Amino acid sequence: MKDIILKAENISKQYRLGQVGTGTMAHDLNRWWHQVRGKEDPYLKIGDTNDRSTKGTSDYVWALQNINFEVERGEILGIIGKNGAGKSTLLKILSRVTAPTTGSIKFGGRVASLLEVGTGFNGEMTGRENIYLNGAILGMTKKEIKSKIDEIIEFSGCERYIDTPVKRYSSGMYVRLAFAVAAFLEPEILIVDEVLAVGDAEFQKKAIGKMKDISNQGGRTVLFVSHNMAAVKQLCTRGIVLENGKVVFEGGITEAVDSYINSNQIFESIWNKLTPNNSIAYFTHASIINSENKYVQVVSNRKQCFLKLKVVVEAKVFDGTFAFEIVNQMDQSIFVSHDFDMSDSIREAGCFEILIPLPKFLRAGNYFVNLGSNIRGFTTLEYFPNVLGFEYIDELYGGQTQSRPGTVFIPLKWEINKI
Amino acid sequence: MNHSEHTNTTWLFEITPKNKFFTLNLKEVWQYRDLLLLFVKRDVVTVYKQTVLGPLWYLIQPLFTSITFTIIFNNVAGIDTGTVPPFLFNLAGITVWNYFTACLTGTSNTFGANAGIFGKVYFPRIIVPLSIVVSNLLKFGIQFFIFICFYGYYYFQGAAIGMNVTTLFFPLLIVMMGVLGLGLGMFISSLVTKYRDFSNLIGFGVQLLMYLSAVMYPMALIKEKLPTYGWLVEYNPLAYVIETTRYMLLDVGQLSIYGLGFTFLVTIFVFLVGVLIFNRTEKSFIDTV
Repeated sequence: MKDIILKAENISKQYRLGQVGTGTMAHDLNRWWHQVRGKEDPYLKIGDTNDRSTKGTSDYVWALQNINFEVERGEILGIIGKNGAGKSTLLKILSRVTAPTTGSIKFGGRVASLLEVGTGFNGEMTGRENIYLNGAILGMTKKEIKSKIDEIIEFSGCERYIDTPVKRYSSGMYVRLAFAVAAFLEPEILIVDEVLAVGDAEFQKKAIGKMKDISNQGGRTVLFVSHNMAAVKQLCTRGIVLENGKVVFEGGITEAVDSYINSNQIFESIWNKLTPNNSIAYFTHASIINSENKYVQVVSNRKQCFLKLKVVVEAKVFDGTFAFEIVNQMDQSIFVSHDFDMSDSIREAGCFEILIPLPKFLRAGNYFVNLGSNIRGFTTLEYFPNVLGFEYIDELYGGQTQSRPGTVFIPLKWEINKI
Repeated sequence: MNHSEHTNTTWLFEITPKNKFFTLNLKEVWQYRDLLLLFVKRDVVTVYKQTVLGPLWYLIQPLFTSITFTIIFNNVAGIDTGTVPPFLFNLAGITVWNYFTACLTGTSNTFGANAGIFGKVYFPRIIVPLSIVVSNLLKFGIQFFIFICFYGYYYFQGAAIGMNVTTLFFPLLIVMMGVLGLGLGMFISSLVTKYRDFSNLIGFGVQLLMYLSAVMYPMALIKEKLPTYGWLVEYNPLAYVIETTRYMLLDVGQLSIYGLGFTFLVTIFVFLVGVLIFNRTEKSFIDTV
């Protein structure tokens, strides 16, 4: 008999879009009136699939729809999906922060999640007082914390400051102390959301390390949410893929990752400019394709993908140039590439198709493409921000491209000679 | 933990869309009792950190309010407090009234002030309003102590004040005041998550309510001076608590068993409705706050 520790049955979550105002109150009253008469909630029947790029017909969307899954004791389940697929909503429901609109989840053990690092820390209180407070918020009893307090303090490396208010701490010390508390939780089910840990490479490393420890000890169940396919593959035994609030795949982790890479929903991979521009040099098309000339939204560092551009030059322009820029999710520029970098600029009139191999030195994450054409040192002719988006995933370096600091990840060959 | 203990039929807990109609999961609250105490400690310890006078602020506020009331209402407006020194009369009312407002305003902001924590981790939400009521009880204790000091002073000055057998029931009266503030606060906190209008209401609502609650005048006086509107005070459960406080501690005013019974019923009702609404809100307030 299978030892199921968590069972999700038909969970759905509906959100109302727009602002809370008089309309909300009218809906609330109507809902209440239906309830009084013993009828079904009228607003549960409506609602669109959660696809943010299309304009919906209703104010209600389903962030999750009919999610069913089971987790066995000791299993490490990877939950993967693009931004907006419903991963965070699912996690919120699993960690009991918000309730599902319909359905139920049954738990066979205590749940804790690593995303709550530092929750409820009070700046005025000392490190020691905060360990107790934070521990209690995370569900530990005072006795449990007391028995572990020395270990927690040692692990945090903040011994010297432990009786100083945490508002005097450096941000690094703050995180260390917060993580130390979380690290000594002993739940039967641990939820790790890597997405929320982005930005602090050290913390991410620690969180994943902690997860490995837990899985090695055995018996502990982990739900792991990540964008890092390499880490997911390495750690998880099984995976579910979410897409627009629905489970589109459930099964072995390798198949799940493949299914995720091949699916495409969120990013624009094709951009066409249909209305003509009165500029003398302009873009008409941009897309991201793989080597089989298919449109893709997920770019892996294992396979070569290309940026395809179509441009029109009306007349010969002196020093005219086309360029594109890659920016990351934080809108930081990663690099700008110009047509004159390694080839000659287009010097004659006509329509052109351009193929540019995408570089493989990015860190895993989401990126956007800006297009621009200008006359060098003189004027900008056209500028289109965020026309395309793609997700860059790492399948070669075991998650290193995400865990190391830096804006890019460039593998270099070290020539080592013994002397 | 034994592996065979968890089969498909035994679950530790279950998440469902809505709570049952009425749940006050005392077992769970008991599991989190340490958290309750730590919240109380946090509330008490942190409020006056980095202040010079520290906990003395707890005393300054009721003392100065009483002095002001004595000057305005007794010396200027000439409200007669009978044989009781007006300052003591006001201090008794204000001390108890303060406990109520502290509970009410504290708990009415439960969801708003704790959205950060509530949005990240689960614990029984009712722990927060409960901790507010308990930590305010400590503050009340300090303020009551200062009342006792002045009581002693006036007593030895020979003022006509005294206690009676009902004084023994004073703690029950305070519990009732706390529960009433808690219930009303939970009710309002739930409404505020969706409709912010109520947080505006509470600010001046509490102030207006004070004038209806016989804090700075005896109940008998309002009936005598304002026969047409006096009934408003008579239907205010808080007025009975304040009036009874003075009866118990200063042996002045009336003891209305009917009034106290009415207050008791209102308290139970408000508390139950508060818990009910709070229960319905806590599960998904994070989506609307």
